[in-house]
Amino acid sequence: MEQRKSPVRGSAAGQLSFPNSDSRSAPHNPQRPARFHLSGPPYLLSSFSGFSPAPVQPASLLPCFFSSLEGISPKTISNIGGLHQMLSLHQHIFAAVPRDSIIALPEHDSTNKYGASFQTPGGRLLIKPAEYVELVSSMKPDFWVTLADEVPAWVSDKRNRTSVDRTLRWLDDCLSLNKTGTTIFGSIVGGSSIEERHRCAQEVAQRNVSGYWIGGFGLGESMDERAALLTAVTDNLPEDMPRHVSGLGLPEEVLQGVAAGIDLFDSTYVYHLTLGGFALTFPLERNKGDNADYQLSDSGGDDMKINLKATIYRKDTSPIVESCNCFTCQNHTKAYLNHLFNVHEMLAQTLLEIHNTHQYLGFFCSIRKAIEEGKFEQFRRNFVESRRECLFAAASSD
Amino acid sequence: MAWFSACSIPAVPLFLQVLGRFNRARAAQLTLPHYLCQTPLFMPVGTQGTIKGLTKNQLEEIGCQIILGNTYHLALRPTSELIDELGGLHKFMNWPRALLTDSGGFQMVSLLHLADITEKGVTFQSPVDGKPMLLTPEESIQIQNRIGADIIMALDDVVRTTITGPRIEEAMYRTLRWIDRCIAAHKRPNEQNLFGIVQGGLDPVLRDICVRGLVERNLPGYAIGGLAGGEDKDSFWRVVAQCTAALPEDKPRYVMGVGYPLDIVVCSALGADMYDCVYPTRTARFGTALVPEGVLKLKHQAMANDIRPIDPMCECMVCKNYTRAYIHCLVTKDAMGSQLLSYHNLYYMMKLSRDLHSSIVEGRFPEFVCKFLQTMFPKGDVPEWVCNAMEVAGIDISSCCHEMKV
Repeated sequence: MEQRKSPVRGSAAGQLSFPNSDSRSAPHNPQRPARFHLSGPPYLLSSFSGFSPAPVQPASLLPCFFSSLEGISPKTISNIGGLHQMLSLHQHIFAAVPRDSIIALPEHDSTNKYGASFQTPGGRLLIKPAEYVELVSSMKPDFWVTLADEVPAWVSDKRNRTSVDRTLRWLDDCLSLNKTGTTIFGSIVGGSSIEERHRCAQEVAQRNVSGYWIGGFGLGESMDERAALLTAVTDNLPEDMPRHVSGLGLPEEVLQGVAAGIDLFDSTYVYHLTLGGFALTFPLERNKGDNADYQLSDSGGDDMKINLKATIYRKDTSPIVESCNCFTCQNHTKAYLNHLFNVHEMLAQTLLEIHNTHQYLGFFCSIRKAIEEGKFEQFRRNFVESRRECLFAAASSD
Repeated sequence: MAWFSACSIPAVPLFLQVLGRFNRARAAQLTLPHYLCQTPLFMPVGTQGTIKGLTKNQLEEIGCQIILGNTYHLALRPTSELIDELGGLHKFMNWPRALLTDSGGFQMVSLLHLADITEKGVTFQSPVDGKPMLLTPEESIQIQNRIGADIIMALDDVVRTTITGPRIEEAMYRTLRWIDRCIAAHKRPNEQNLFGIVQGGLDPVLRDICVRGLVERNLPGYAIGGLAGGEDKDSFWRVVAQCTAALPEDKPRYVMGVGYPLDIVVCSALGADMYDCVYPTRTARFGTALVPEGVLKLKHQAMANDIRPIDPMCECMVCKNYTRAYIHCLVTKDAMGSQLLSYHNLYYMMKLSRDLHSSIVEGRFPEFVCKFLQTMFPKGDVPEWVCNAMEVAGIDISSCCHEMKV
């Protein structure tokens, strides 16, 4: 199996290396650093990947969802040489995750003892551990996540317990089917029950895995309940193993995850923003509180984003963010993007996604810096408070 | 041309220098305000200020020299006044090379339900609010002046070549009357080149009158219009041949709406220089790739397991990185599929343009034409109209054609 040689560097306080699971280095910082943002829209097939000029930093991780590969058989993917070859993204790290928050949502009602069910645009899809492992082995990702039975926050206790039992069983299935010795992250579920989260995490921590994927979030629980659930999991996990969460995308949610000890995030945040025509503008420097351009009320923007479809931008010849180094800001104006959105041109999405991804990755960079400097809590506080101030100002101006 | 390169601004905004010939075919350098072009060349159509899904860097990579913008669409959104206010279309799109805008007339006639042509201009119903509106030659030129393209097109009275009768003659004479109005209305003759359009249907007498009328006006360039609308190929090439024979040597000849690679090769052999068509990008959106043998339909089930690139000989980014199988799984579902195919198809067209230019300059044009035809028609079944046209062009393609079926 082809091994990825380039190590992936996160913050200086810790690094996540591939491919060999034994070459992991322990972080020096007791506060868990957010090492790396698992970036990119869940759509494997999105317009940004490798096609638009330098949209993501070379060592970004990309999630890859099996369901988005309908139309191409595992054998063909294998013949091509795996994902890196197929997408011609040789510098990227790929993670295979079954859940895709846009096109493959877990269908907990249809999941049964044989496999996990997902709702996709092509209909309902049931995938069994053996099929999953086969697909993953043809994709040759850098690491993959075991099949899980994810349930939303409101299911019955019984259903929740079943999901934990099933997930553990499938984890063992995946481990035993894993012939090629690839890097595996064990899946942890448990819904909104602290006890079940504990139980699942403890069980998975005993398995021979290289990291942990924490599922069942972003499916209806509130931010308040989530903090406790996250720490219920991470408290049981070894310090030096990476933790990956799907479905947490808003900056505040990311900060919450980082505080609880999460390292890797994948989300649909950038995708949804882009679809709506919103451009991220939040200050990348954490002490730049007041230079954000507030575009409130009518246009639907706020201190973090602007709505490029709004008529106020029709003649705006400035880039989205003056100091931004992304291709879009270096080459195009808000006026042009406004026009492209209004005439429904594809290029609008491409250009905006480049910018939003760049900004979002920059946010993670700021987080890492804050952690390195031992100022994460302050960073988080400042961020959340400045958001609140802005929303308060918006609300009272009506 | 030392004196020329010493000047920073040319005396006229267009200069054509023929670098090589083969009979009627010519390869030239076309100097425009924003770019130094090489003809023959293909111009992709960027209807609304963008070529579907491709960034300006990609367009430069592909080798696009001139891009076409549709006046009708741009006047609707974001409006020519806004484009003017923001410094012109080049600046608005951040396209550093050349631009050409059409007059807006064709779109109206083809897109709008109740468009009608009178001596005043084209009357139509506004697609925005249904109000009656009028596009006059003056208005068309004013809009194009605001947009700021290197080449602008006169408003012509265009009729489909499938129509017969007195309408064609009426349209041809009206086109001549309108060219004078266009010239009078043109406020920026030192920065923008106004091309006249030869009309006259399939009638050689009418075409001749129109050509002579336009040439009298001494315009910077000439287009051959009213073709590419469903007429039979035999009539099509004859009109092109007649016009290129009569148009001045030192001005560019632009065949509007053409088109298929084969058509471009034939027209170039007959002495045309510039082409535009939505075909490469439109067919990309239907999952079809252009290849030397013809077309490749990526949606076909057979593509699902084919791990070769679209064209193993193609040097474009798409062929160097992606397989047919991957593109197959994209084309039905994702914007990226059509972006990849648009990229490849435009690359193919620009490579064809470069090949036409260099084969003429290097004195191997007939060999190029033969190879092109052999690849596209390996059984030797070159269409008769192509054979006839090549005969007039003075190119021997007997090695590619089999008179008798084997």
